[in-house]
Amino acid sequence: MRRATSEIATGTLFGIALNYQGLLQSRLDEFNQPPYQKPPVKPVLFIKTPNTRNGDGQPVVMPTGERLQPGPALGVVIGKDASRVNAEQALEYVAGYVIVNEFSLPEDSYYRPAVKAKCRDGFCSLSGEVVPVSDIADPHDLTLTLRVNGEVRQENSTAHFVRNIGQLIAELSEFMTLHAGDVLITGTPEGRVDVQPGDQVVVEISGLGRLSNTVVVE
Amino acid sequence: MKHARIRYEDQVYNVTVEAENAVRLPDGRLLAEQAVQWLPPAEGSMFALGLNYADHAAELAFAPPTEPLAFIKSPGTYTGHNQVTWRPDNVKYMHYECELVAVIGKPARNVKREDALAYVAGYTVCNDYAIRDYLENYYRPNLRVKNRDATTPVGPWIVDVADVPDPSRLTLRTWINGELKQQGSTADMIFDIPHLIEYFSSFMTLQPGDMIATGTPEGLADVVPGDEVVVEVEGVGRLVNRIVSESEFFAARG
Repeated sequence: MRRATSEIATGTLFGIALNYQGLLQSRLDEFNQPPYQKPPVKPVLFIKTPNTRNGDGQPVVMPTGERLQPGPALGVVIGKDASRVNAEQALEYVAGYVIVNEFSLPEDSYYRPAVKAKCRDGFCSLSGEVVPVSDIADPHDLTLTLRVNGEVRQENSTAHFVRNIGQLIAELSEFMTLHAGDVLITGTPEGRVDVQPGDQVVVEISGLGRLSNTVVVE
Repeated sequence: MKHARIRYEDQVYNVTVEAENAVRLPDGRLLAEQAVQWLPPAEGSMFALGLNYADHAAELAFAPPTEPLAFIKSPGTYTGHNQVTWRPDNVKYMHYECELVAVIGKPARNVKREDALAYVAGYTVCNDYAIRDYLENYYRPNLRVKNRDATTPVGPWIVDVADVPDPSRLTLRTWINGELKQQGSTADMIFDIPHLIEYFSSFMTLQPGDMIATGTPEGLADVVPGDEVVVEVEGVGRLVNRIVSESEFFAARG
């Protein structure tokens, strides 16, 4: 049975950055330089505050004078509180999956928290229904497609995660409980594109459906 | 007036706080400070400031920021007054940070600094613990340093704005086991509360229950299991916390 995102995915939205191999590899030279010194050791995390929540068919406001980029991602909805769960057991704590469009201003740097880039009103669109775990044969073999006005602009596969869902739940729940209703945004692949007011932005994930938003002026 | 959230006999109550920190339940009962479990007084997002005191920035060998440096905490990291926080095994440096917190009272978007205090419900205190061993240079300070279970004591209560006539002249103090370790003044903040509300609300809507933790002055020190750590902001509150080991914390949680 599919349940509404607004009913069971009401917790904290945790984002994982740099979780696609192509994105991480493309920046490794830079990550060996200051200010980073070395590549990340643990998952690179951020929080999308509740004001960022948005839904299918809703407008996304482009801030005046800024560039706006969609962020197609698979969302993992936690089904019961998970503390210190190992990777093998992790899927038992998952209620299901949603499509996420994690909007952001462009990120030149990963050094400081990206509050200004990521926490604007309506910058995290979630599809309306949670697809149960049992409906997805392999969450690590899903195609993500971003279409802008019908044209494919970004395409990748969850097969290219740096860390799979079980590893993420294990490493995060080691230090913070993942509560029922929290959502893990498992990462946006390399190749983020700019969108403009009037654009229709659609994220499709195989087996999950589609999530559509329209960009509007402030 | 002081407003708190407590748990008593498995029920959560919104209470007011009276003499000697006794709490008045909605039904009129008065309970002693030690008779109740103190919960975080607000449950929104916390916008925590890094390097917002010039002396602390110097202590960490950073130049003072020209724009607020903020990171976000989620409700799972909060804990209340008189509760415990765990120190992970095998770390070298876990330190407290005594901070004045402004609690947002109504949605705030594009608010000018001269109007900002009208959007504040009141003030509270937090202890923004950090595990420095876990710092990485990605979204620094990263969640593993700052967003751990029960590692951000908040409270004990929210005190009304009207009861704190000048939040820019308050003394902050931290004691470990009764020994004064940190002392500073909110007068030394780089970005004050009205400035911070103007800053955040210029690009997002602050929500009722959101908190702005305004940063800490210099004077950090390591804490270990068994330590009683008290952070106090003059005229706002005195927040008590005890450090336990990792095994003690998780054993008690079951």
